[in-house]
Amino acid sequence: MNIIDIINVGLFAATLRMATPITLAALGGIFSERVGVVNIALEGMMLTSAFSGVAVSYYTGNPWLGVLVAVAVGGLLGLIHAFLTVTFKGNQIVSGTGINIFALGFTAYMSQIIWGSRGASSSVPSLKAISIPILKDIPIVGEILGTQTPLVYVMILVTVIAQFVLFKTPIGLRIRAVGEHPAAADTAGISVVRVKYLGVVVSGMLAGLGGAFLSLGHLSLFTWGMTGGRGFIALAAMIFGRWMPLGAFGASIMFGFADALQMRLQSLGILPPQIILMLPYILTVVALAGVVRKATPPSDYKPYDKG
Amino acid sequence: MTEWKEGVHRENGLSSRLLAEIRSGLWRMLPQAIAVVAAFLVGAVVLAVTGYSPVDVYATMLAGAFGDVYGIGQTLTKATPIIFTALAFLFSMKSGLFNIGAEGQLIIGGFAAALVGISFDGLPALIHVPLALLAGALAGGAWGFIPAILRARLGAHEVITTMMLSYVATYLTSYMVNYPFKAPGWVAQTVSLAPSAQLPRILPPTQLSASFIVALILVALTYFVLQKTTFGYEVRASGLNPLAAENGGINVKRTMIIALFVSGAMAGLGGSGEVMGVHGRFIDGFSPGYGWDGLAVALVGGLNPVGVVIAAVLFGALRSGGMTMTRVTHVPLDIVIILQSLVIIFVAAPTLIRYLLRWREHKG
Amino acid sequence: MTQAVEMLGITKTFPGVVANDHLDFSAEKAEIHGLLGENGAGKTVLMSILYGLYRPDGGKIRVDGKEVHMDSPATAIRHGIGMVHQHFMLVPSLTVAENIVLGNEVTRSRVILDTERASEEVRVFSERYNLKVDTDAPVHALTVGAQQRVEIIKALYRGAEILILDEPTAILIPQEVEELMKAIRALKAQGKTVIFISHKLREVLSICDRITVLKKGRLVGTVKTGETSLPQLATMMVDRQVLETFDKKPVEGADVVLRVEGVQVVNERGLPALKGIAFDIMASEILGIAGVEGNGQSELVEALTGLRRVKGGRIFLNQVDITVASPEERIRLGVSHVPADRNKTGLVPDFSVMENLILGSQGEEPFAKRHMFLDYGAASSYADGLIADYSISTPSKDTPVRNLSGGTQQRVVLAREFSRHPKLIVAYQPTRGLDIGATEYVRGKLVEMRDNGCAVLLISADLDEIRALSDRIAVIFEGRIVAIRDPKNTNEEKLGLLMAGGKID
Repeated sequence: MNIIDIINVGLFAATLRMATPITLAALGGIFSERVGVVNIALEGMMLTSAFSGVAVSYYTGNPWLGVLVAVAVGGLLGLIHAFLTVTFKGNQIVSGTGINIFALGFTAYMSQIIWGSRGASSSVPSLKAISIPILKDIPIVGEILGTQTPLVYVMILVTVIAQFVLFKTPIGLRIRAVGEHPAAADTAGISVVRVKYLGVVVSGMLAGLGGAFLSLGHLSLFTWGMTGGRGFIALAAMIFGRWMPLGAFGASIMFGFADALQMRLQSLGILPPQIILMLPYILTVVALAGVVRKATPPSDYKPYDKG
Repeated sequence: MTEWKEGVHRENGLSSRLLAEIRSGLWRMLPQAIAVVAAFLVGAVVLAVTGYSPVDVYATMLAGAFGDVYGIGQTLTKATPIIFTALAFLFSMKSGLFNIGAEGQLIIGGFAAALVGISFDGLPALIHVPLALLAGALAGGAWGFIPAILRARLGAHEVITTMMLSYVATYLTSYMVNYPFKAPGWVAQTVSLAPSAQLPRILPPTQLSASFIVALILVALTYFVLQKTTFGYEVRASGLNPLAAENGGINVKRTMIIALFVSGAMAGLGGSGEVMGVHGRFIDGFSPGYGWDGLAVALVGGLNPVGVVIAAVLFGALRSGGMTMTRVTHVPLDIVIILQSLVIIFVAAPTLIRYLLRWREHKG
Repeated sequence: MTQAVEMLGITKTFPGVVANDHLDFSAEKAEIHGLLGENGAGKTVLMSILYGLYRPDGGKIRVDGKEVHMDSPATAIRHGIGMVHQHFMLVPSLTVAENIVLGNEVTRSRVILDTERASEEVRVFSERYNLKVDTDAPVHALTVGAQQRVEIIKALYRGAEILILDEPTAILIPQEVEELMKAIRALKAQGKTVIFISHKLREVLSICDRITVLKKGRLVGTVKTGETSLPQLATMMVDRQVLETFDKKPVEGADVVLRVEGVQVVNERGLPALKGIAFDIMASEILGIAGVEGNGQSELVEALTGLRRVKGGRIFLNQVDITVASPEERIRLGVSHVPADRNKTGLVPDFSVMENLILGSQGEEPFAKRHMFLDYGAASSYADGLIADYSISTPSKDTPVRNLSGGTQQRVVLAREFSRHPKLIVAYQPTRGLDIGATEYVRGKLVEMRDNGCAVLLISADLDEIRALSDRIAVIFEGRIVAIRDPKNTNEEKLGLLMAGGKID
């Protein structure tokens, strides 16, 4: 076995795949934090959406419907988080943790009810990979980018759209204003509450899309806790990317690489699986430690009180 | 005559003051109590919608948890590690930090205790037990120290780092117990701890061990440290207003680091207690999420040590009663986790509870 | 003539305080109308109601004769009312143009922000009203005076015919104040109505046509400027004459308590904030430091109290080098700090009065046995003593400090700091946000400590306060002391010049 067995084009294709859920969740984190609400429930939103997507696909046979419902479920959890933190000014970390734990319990519970096993669902119809005609024939790039699950392409599109919306549209301006200086936005006649809700619900929807990828785009089933901390790694990617969609995408590539590498190493049986599994988490801690000092968050996250 | 009267008055004074204290303490816990009730109501809806009878489920849980001595013993056994992790979260919160990695700190502490327990033979229990406990505390403390240093020196948010290290602890110990320290057989676990390192059972035939006593001692110690020592004062000041604390000469960074170390050590101690008292060895996956229970319990307990004990018993009841419930009604055990998360969510919205209270006042 | 705006019978209560008590207020078109009163009189609340930020508990509002239900700033803006707040409502990372069009964004095909056209439109306004700004600069890079101009343009851009200015000169140096006054007169000439909120008598007299005086939430009266005088207004504002001078004990031959030698310090962003600052303070002396906010004052305070690392130079307290001493050591050596924001840096709001009173001494005898265990008995009697000595009006020593009034809170801070018998007091904006009574108390206490041998460093944006209290006045500019003068022959004009970096002989 030599290095080419580990580092090859397939690895980079896998990197792009593994970066997808992290990017989507990170984008979710960006929209929430940019309006001034910390959302550590990305993990729980992804998980619940992953489950919902599989459940819908199981009952309807239509994976795309599953993706749609997944996004909606994520948005619903976002609504709850917004309700608790914006309207009731509850502690954002506590609310997020509650949602995360709920997701774990609820998905396992329902998994048992539907498929009789809390560990894994049965296989369901999932999204088939598609190939982009001319792109796939370009050497190397084509192998990485040419044939992927549709959601990977959606992710790239969403990233570009997010960057555009945030910095080139009026709503993006308002989002940034509400997070950074809610009083200024308020006196400018903007409904701070409505924009915050928007940001957090969108955040849930994006996380939901990421969750849908994990269960329907990447595999074709749901397993217990399948998000494996990616919702938290996404937060690190968000910070690393300085709360900018393109930056978060870049950081997610790095984490996706670690994820893909870890899977590759596991399948090659070089090291015990547990050691390899630790890698992405250690990498996240190291990355966070290295970068955070220079990154200024876009908000002070205090609930806005008109007084 | 006058003396007797005075004596009676003084007695009245003391007992009426005590009553007033208890009443005010209970009144302060009212929002949390309502949150618990609300959570159970929503949980009932979930059960009903999926075809189970909430009344049956809750009744079975209650009977399983408190129905007989065995049930009570198991309830307290399950409550024990939760007390540790709840104190861990509580202590970190008091200093202003969110330690959500108590699960990992518990696990790594348990493993460290197991290591000490299996590595030495022929030590008197008087030395072996404290040594193992110390190892567990130090390991958990280290697991809290790392995020603390990263936060203090580099500003890395401890929510993410404690969470990540939790995963690392899970996988690291899993590796340890699947390879180098694996006992012969199919199960991923270590060999038995030397008898001198094990904690005695205090209520056979239940699994209740001396770990429970350690937990209660820790509760009292935590209250004492927070309220009656300079360090506790500095921790509370740093958590409530770090700027003012700094101005008052408190080294906030150092206080936070020590607090997170102590927090991790508490969770580690909890893991040691489980390994040394309940299982007698380190088993991969021995914790069904005690770290998360601890978080919920700390919040429900209103972040004060006595409330923590009450809430821990409640959650211990959920776990032990839950096992009975699953066996009898075949409802997935995860309903317990759902209930816990609902409690957290309702506790997270204190204004919601106050809202409801005020709304009911209006109506009445 | 229809009034531009009328407010009739406005009442507004907050928990525990009646901010506006059946107030009547009206302003005519093309008038500069002053709203005068001391801190806490209810001026800002009244105008916030006019701007739709608060809903009144009673009363009505008429704009241009028509009754309006002012339920939000959007409504106020629609009716031609604009407000420039004390704390600017500008988003730091956005540009001037973006801030101005926020809420009213200029777009291409409704989806894309047209930053060029926005910038152009703002430039037009800027020129029409002669308010110079760089429309493409991010707001955080602007001077305070420039930011204020942005706020005014913002209001005008939204069609304001009535402009409310809330304490606009609080953060300006005298020269910038002059420019602002010119701009206000220009606005009046263009037919705009300007409501000028202030507690500064002289300013209000100099620029306003009419003045409405509020006291403790009630209307005292409305007068024409031509028909009133400074003393009359002062009497209307307060029940008694405002004390302007303090009798200080003359002092001879005192020792140097604080010596600051060539201190260099870097700020949050890594830029030099103190560039070799140097001065001395003697015992029994108040050194007042005047300067525009942002010239190194907060960094100086932090360097002296040990909260910011000193990159170069040295600090001596009674000949002991404390340059690298920790805050704890400095407290022990006799440095005390009255911070600018008592709730953010001075007190722990959720702690009780007693717990706040021992902050800083919680590790020492007699409050801590063997430096570890708190002795509540000792802390309790200490607190009782201080509550009596400083007349701290609190229900009990266990009351959380957040429940107390601003003036009472400041007393807690003073009690804690001064009862330690400090050698040096660093007082940073000690009377900010306090009413007249509390302000007088704080100033009196500072003078008392000075008379008893303390060295006092007073940093304040209130030039009157500096001139009334200081034995010497130093001016800070761009991280250095540029002048030290005798208050008796330094007037506001000279100070303003020095504060802006100018020189006088």
